[in-house]
Amino acid sequence: MSWLDFFRSTRKPEPAAASASAAKERLQIVLAHERIGRTREDFLPRLQQELVAVVARYVAIDPGKVNVNLDRGGDLSTLAIEIELPGPKAAVRTPAAAR
Amino acid sequence: MAQVIVVTSGKGGVGKTTTSAALATGLAQRGKKTVVIDFDVGLRNLDLIMGVERRVVFDIVNVIQGEARLSQALIRDKRVENLSILPASQTRDKDALTKEGVAEIIEELGKDFDYILCDSPAGIEKGALLALYFADQAIIVTNPEVSSVRDSDRILGVLQSKSKRAEEKREKVKEHLLVTRYDAGRVERGEMLKLEDVREILAIPLLGVIPESESVLKASNTGTPVIMDAESVAGQAYKDAVGRFLGDELPHRFLDPEKKPGILKRLFGGRAA
Ligand SMILES: Nc1ncnc2c1ncn2[C@@H]1O[C@H](COP(=O)(O)OP(=O)(O)OP(=O)(O)O)[C@@H](O)[C@H]1O
Ligand SMILES: [Mg+2]
Repeated sequence: MSWLDFFRSTRKPEPAAASASAAKERLQIVLAHERIGRTREDFLPRLQQELVAVVARYVAIDPGKVNVNLDRGGDLSTLAIEIELPGPKAAVRTPAAAR
Repeated sequence: MAQVIVVTSGKGGVGKTTTSAALATGLAQRGKKTVVIDFDVGLRNLDLIMGVERRVVFDIVNVIQGEARLSQALIRDKRVENLSILPASQTRDKDALTKEGVAEIIEELGKDFDYILCDSPAGIEKGALLALYFADQAIIVTNPEVSSVRDSDRILGVLQSKSKRAEEKREKVKEHLLVTRYDAGRVERGEMLKLEDVREILAIPLLGVIPESESVLKASNTGTPVIMDAESVAGQAYKDAVGRFLGDELPHRFLDPEKKPGILKRLFGGRAA
């Protein structure tokens, strides 16, 4: 609990009220996305595959070190793809140990 | 021509069978020739809730496979006129149902009945798809809880894409929202989604709100559809829902917590329960 929450909870007499309204807010967001998905197939898995394939054409990457994060928001969604590239040191030090 | 009504939800255990039994009984009580079909093949339960479990001889799968005639499998209710039950099979699985077989049964029932209610199994697999396929109207049973609301939305999408009406591009299946297990006390304390929230999110016409009520368990213990318990709030709420379904204009009741009248209220009166 941050110090801000402390002030909020003292001003607000029913902290329990948060749970039902959280339910509503979460439902509205997830359903807005799911309703779109109904008419269109989910393209995210393919997008991820293709993006990683493009990067792999230029840099040797470890497929286990790809992190995909999606945050579906109400107005804005973000897709973050984090690909760990081999550092220059590793590349210089272990030229023999080709994987 | 009979109206085919599916009682569905996506999510399990929200009150579909309780609702099917209550609405079928209520429609029959209002003089409509009604048959209720249990589509939950493998998990037959409607017979118990309707109190006819000892009279089941044949079931829907026997009819589809030609082992019994439809008239042999139908069970007439002994308490309410105009009411029949077509039980599900207990031993087969949902693959024993075929679209052609169900089509024939519905066609034949349509000659004798005004309403054909289909009690859907949970999920969006074969059994649930068949239960909704022939529907003209759908009653979406929803609890005020996130996963139930989400699944209701999902099943609405299925109705709009996979029903016979959708496939034939006819007028869409008429949708009704039935919110069940509504606990007005918990809503007031902010612990449960409000009716208004559920309505706003699902955005389909509201048929009724059934309060959480101990009488539902009692009714299932004795095999008496809860609508026959005129004392119980759930029974009254189901009766209202049947009325609205048939076009009566009735206000929604039981939306506020039952209050034990305080001393001031008892002295000065006020809205009676
Ligand atoms: N209004 C209510 N108040 C209290 N309990 C209820 C109410 N409605 C249903 N129940 C209880 O909830 C449980 C599930 O009900 P029911 O069998 O009708 O659900 P269902 O949707 O048909 O389940 P399934 O998906 O397994 O077929 C039962 O124990 C029933 O007694
Ligand atoms: Mg059921």
